[in-house]
Amino acid sequence: MDHRWRTSRHGVGWVLLLGLLAPLLLFLGSAPASAGEVPADTECTRSETTACLQARLPTGVEVPGIAITVTTPSGEEVTQVTDEAGITVFAVTEEGQYSVLLDTESFPEGVELRPDAATEITPTLAPGGQSFVTFNVRADDYTGAISWWDSLAQSAASGLRLGLLLALAAVGLSLIYGTTGLSSFSHAEQVTLGGMVAFMMVNWWGIPFLLAAVLTVAFCAFTGYFQDRVMWQPLRRRGLGLIQMLIVTIGLSLAMQYAFQVLVGAGNVRVISASPQTASFGPVTLTYQSFWAMGISVVVLSVVGFALLRTRLGRATRAVSDNPALAAASGIDVDRVIRLVWIIATGLAGLSGIMLALVLNGVKWDSGMQILLLLFAAVTLGGLGTAFGALVGAIVIGLVVELTPIFGLPGDLKYATALLILILLLMVRPQGILGKAERVG
Amino acid sequence: MSQDTTAYSADAVEPDTPAPGDERPENRIDRRKTVVLTVLGIAIVAVMWYVATSTDGPMARVFSGVLREAISPQTAAVAIAVVGLNIHFGFTGLLNIGQAGFMLLGAYGFAIALNEGAGLPLAVLVGLGASVAFALLLGVPTLKLRGDYLAIVTISAAEIVRYTGRLSQLTEYTGGSQGLPGSRYRGEFTDLSFFGDGRTTIGPWSYQNTGVDGWWARAVSWAVVLLVVIVVALLVRSPWGRLLRGIREDEDAIRSLGKNVYAVKMQALIIGGGLGALGGMLYVLPSSVQADQMGRQLTFFIWTALLLGGAATIFGPVLGAIIFFSVRILIRGVTNAYVPDSILNTQQTEQFSWVVVGVILMLLVIFRPQGILGNKRELQFNA
Amino acid sequence: MPEKTSASAATPDTTANPYADPAARKELVRGIEARPGSSKPDPILEVDNIVRNFGGITAVDVDHLEVQRNIITALIGPNGAGKTTFFNLITGFDKPTSAQTLTHRPEAPAHWSFDGKALDNTSASAVSRAGMVRTFQLTKALNRMTVMDNMMLGARGQTGENLLTSWLKPTWRAQEREIEGKAHELLQRFTLYEKRHDYAGSLSGGQRKLLEMARALMTDPQMIMLDEPMAGVNPALTQSLLGHIQGLRDEGVTVLFVEHDMHMVRHISDWVVVMAEGRIVAEGEADVVMADKAVIDAYLGAHHDTDLGDDSLLTDETMANLQDEAAAEEKHRD
Ligand SMILES: Nc1ncnc2c1ncn2[C@@H]1O[C@H](COP(=O)(O)OP(=O)(O)OP(=O)(O)O)[C@@H](O)[C@H]1O
Ligand SMILES: [Mg+2]
Repeated sequence: MDHRWRTSRHGVGWVLLLGLLAPLLLFLGSAPASAGEVPADTECTRSETTACLQARLPTGVEVPGIAITVTTPSGEEVTQVTDEAGITVFAVTEEGQYSVLLDTESFPEGVELRPDAATEITPTLAPGGQSFVTFNVRADDYTGAISWWDSLAQSAASGLRLGLLLALAAVGLSLIYGTTGLSSFSHAEQVTLGGMVAFMMVNWWGIPFLLAAVLTVAFCAFTGYFQDRVMWQPLRRRGLGLIQMLIVTIGLSLAMQYAFQVLVGAGNVRVISASPQTASFGPVTLTYQSFWAMGISVVVLSVVGFALLRTRLGRATRAVSDNPALAAASGIDVDRVIRLVWIIATGLAGLSGIMLALVLNGVKWDSGMQILLLLFAAVTLGGLGTAFGALVGAIVIGLVVELTPIFGLPGDLKYATALLILILLLMVRPQGILGKAERVG
Repeated sequence: MSQDTTAYSADAVEPDTPAPGDERPENRIDRRKTVVLTVLGIAIVAVMWYVATSTDGPMARVFSGVLREAISPQTAAVAIAVVGLNIHFGFTGLLNIGQAGFMLLGAYGFAIALNEGAGLPLAVLVGLGASVAFALLLGVPTLKLRGDYLAIVTISAAEIVRYTGRLSQLTEYTGGSQGLPGSRYRGEFTDLSFFGDGRTTIGPWSYQNTGVDGWWARAVSWAVVLLVVIVVALLVRSPWGRLLRGIREDEDAIRSLGKNVYAVKMQALIIGGGLGALGGMLYVLPSSVQADQMGRQLTFFIWTALLLGGAATIFGPVLGAIIFFSVRILIRGVTNAYVPDSILNTQQTEQFSWVVVGVILMLLVIFRPQGILGNKRELQFNA
Repeated sequence: MPEKTSASAATPDTTANPYADPAARKELVRGIEARPGSSKPDPILEVDNIVRNFGGITAVDVDHLEVQRNIITALIGPNGAGKTTFFNLITGFDKPTSAQTLTHRPEAPAHWSFDGKALDNTSASAVSRAGMVRTFQLTKALNRMTVMDNMMLGARGQTGENLLTSWLKPTWRAQEREIEGKAHELLQRFTLYEKRHDYAGSLSGGQRKLLEMARALMTDPQMIMLDEPMAGVNPALTQSLLGHIQGLRDEGVTVLFVEHDMHMVRHISDWVVVMAEGRIVAEGEADVVMADKAVIDAYLGAHHDTDLGDDSLLTDETMANLQDEAAAEEKHRD
């Protein structure tokens, strides 16, 4: 029994690893090609002498043709217009304070500046650095002019994208919860870690993106292994209570957030600084990267789902989730299953982090924290501890979050809708969509 | 058996009160520990006081900074929030990971009411009312469920309060991302002062008698801390407090005894949250209402202070808050004074000190879950 | 509550319980029909159509059950029969499937009542307040509290537990004294008095069982439901506990208890209810039930003509024989 178990474990481990990495390898052929197609005026490569200054409109307000003027410290003026993504990038060479001015005259019908938002922003920049300035513009009527149905379709597509990427992380969170009973608050930082490590590899060490992505996933999976090895497993052995462990994850999350700040700084960083290309299907316009990310996510989730349902290890995992004592009694090495769950969960979180950083314009020290609620809402919606529930929950939450602004709520509050849904759900069906009630006594 | 007239034994709450009649060995140990800790504390303060006032050099500056931080009104304000969290987590076992949200809501309620022309008492009530509503909103759906749900909901809701406070649409009331300057609402509070004008100096502490951030703010804040500690001590050493601890240990057992667990948990959530709001009001009195100052860091801060001082103790939260603030200033002061900027600049020192906070939190939970004042024996049994 | 002190007194107090007299009890029990779901002259608990499914399996499916007031009823059945789940259901710690889903037997919704009061939608704490108090098979001692604190939590109607009066000690001091006296008395009865200042987490498994039972008695229940109260308690103490349980009955407390030890069941129970695979398969006096074919089948999964209550059953030799026989039959069937 034990022997069979061990051999199959390796087999399945490889299947899962390949499942995680293969789609990224598929990415290989396409990315350089799309990078080459970027129009010259939006391309900026940082070097010893060049800094990149990206001026953009907020996410959701992708309005082209808005004029933005940059005045360099020496007084030179350059004017560019935003592209289809509402972004324009200036390549600059001087050190000092720049002035970035938004030309409100160039606004099309329906676009307006938010009350008390600035039209001039003055970032400080040195060669080799980069800076992002966002003008707080709203375009309610502009999107309205596109037709409500079209913007619904667009938002639904963004929602599906967000949902699929969240699902990668949520499935892992749910597996951890299922097998150990731990609500890991540092899981969101594991997502950030994916984006951060990819950023460092690509921008600091010059590793090609695809290789960097593969290495990042491997590294993130390793952090899961490492954590379980040096921390979670010993703590389980010591019999530390679940609540105490939960607080440990909070401490870890805090330490990780500020470690990101020490390393990368408090600002937003982009893994790939070139402006992405977009593709349109009917009313839906998304970047190529988004389509790839969604595809990869679907493939990886399918592999994970298949592994859970069809492989011995997957069944062992579900057995441990169901009843660890019984699973142990029937010859399953519970610790080994949990170790693997940590590895897969952190690997998936890392993958999710890389792709979120790509499709959401970068990653910041607290990016993970922003989606923590969404992750938990997804996991809860699906029923704590059921991996398939987490998948369904993540997609529902992704859609809800992205569709909120369509129904007239301020965009800043879209996460509040997720909380509202969570609260309502808990009142109606505490165990979630697919969850089961717990035994008393 | 009736010769044993101890009121129900309060020793789990405060180990240094021996039950009269039959003293147990632990009580003797606990009393010795109290004496040792007190002497040690006094000695440390005395050394810092001496260095700060009688010497000249970088350490004098660092120590006087530490001593100033220890009695600052914001330390007192956070101590009150920690006492509130102690009711939640220490006594009842409720995982509130959004205590800063309660503080922020209290601060907003208080400052906005004052700005709208309400009197001081009404403004305090508005702040408390906001926190009660928040507690109900979060507690009603979650307190019947596993503890994790409250954690998820509080951590998220606190963030949403912060986002909402910063919404540009609400600038008129909350000041948006700029916040509300203290000068706009502080007036009535400083007018109450009977300390008069001028400046008083005691050792390293030199402040205006009334002023923006002077003796008056300190006196009021610490008086409130004292009051809160007394009230909380009375509460948790009563049968109600016993009920809280019972719920912390095993809700179902308490339910089987016919107690309304849901209602008691709700009371605890409201009281602890209300203390958070009270802390929030005191926190913004000498400064301003800044949503970003009362975010997750502050919550984690409160947690670390609680675990440092000792959960489920009476004085632990206050001691934890004082030590925590002081030590952070100490670390920062020492690094700034002795580590050159080329290795860690000021901003990185600050961030690094937060990494240390996170690690301390983890280590505390793992290796010394009882904190400084807690009872080791009480924590030996995992529920 | 001075009448509570007469535990296992020599002369039963028939004013508190008319059935404290063994003869009266015998007569009462004789008059009850020995079949599953039979009606009782004075039922304190009545249960109808209670069903609980976990995924595919039906843990409990009870059509009808009545529990007679003022006597000791034992609930027996093999492991996994659904006894604990049944306890959970009627004490509000779990919800019947038949109450949750409208599709499940809509013609027969779950319904159960205690002392005439419907409990269908009552929370666990309200059930307890109604006078039906249970203990848990897996003990729920409050580990990080002292034994005394555990006991004190059992007492009902404490002024000090009200938030508004809790901080005014004078309002509850006298009551606290009174409760303490009662707790001390119960602790002595349950041989835990010396341990009263220890943390409950430091007690042994058997001591926790005792503590839990004593704590439940602090509530002055009308009916007490004990889930395997003797598991892990040493034989000498078991004897005296059995005496206490009988004493409780004589004071008028109705007892329903789950127990695997047939000797004990035979020794103290006035009535026995047998569960198997979620259903009530037999009811009757101990001797009658233990000779019942359905019951023996339920326990041993095969057909025998052995009386379960027969003491000879408990010798190792007989037991081994029986098991061999059962195994052979199993094989035969495959
Ligand atoms: N929360 C639950 N989820 C799934 N199955 C459950 C749950 N609770 C009980 N069961 C199942 O219901 C059946 C009855 O369990 P129960 O604990 O009521 O048996 P029991 O009669 O008390 O057994 P024992 O004598 O061993 O204590 C068992 O098959 C058990 O596995
Ligand atoms: Mg049972």
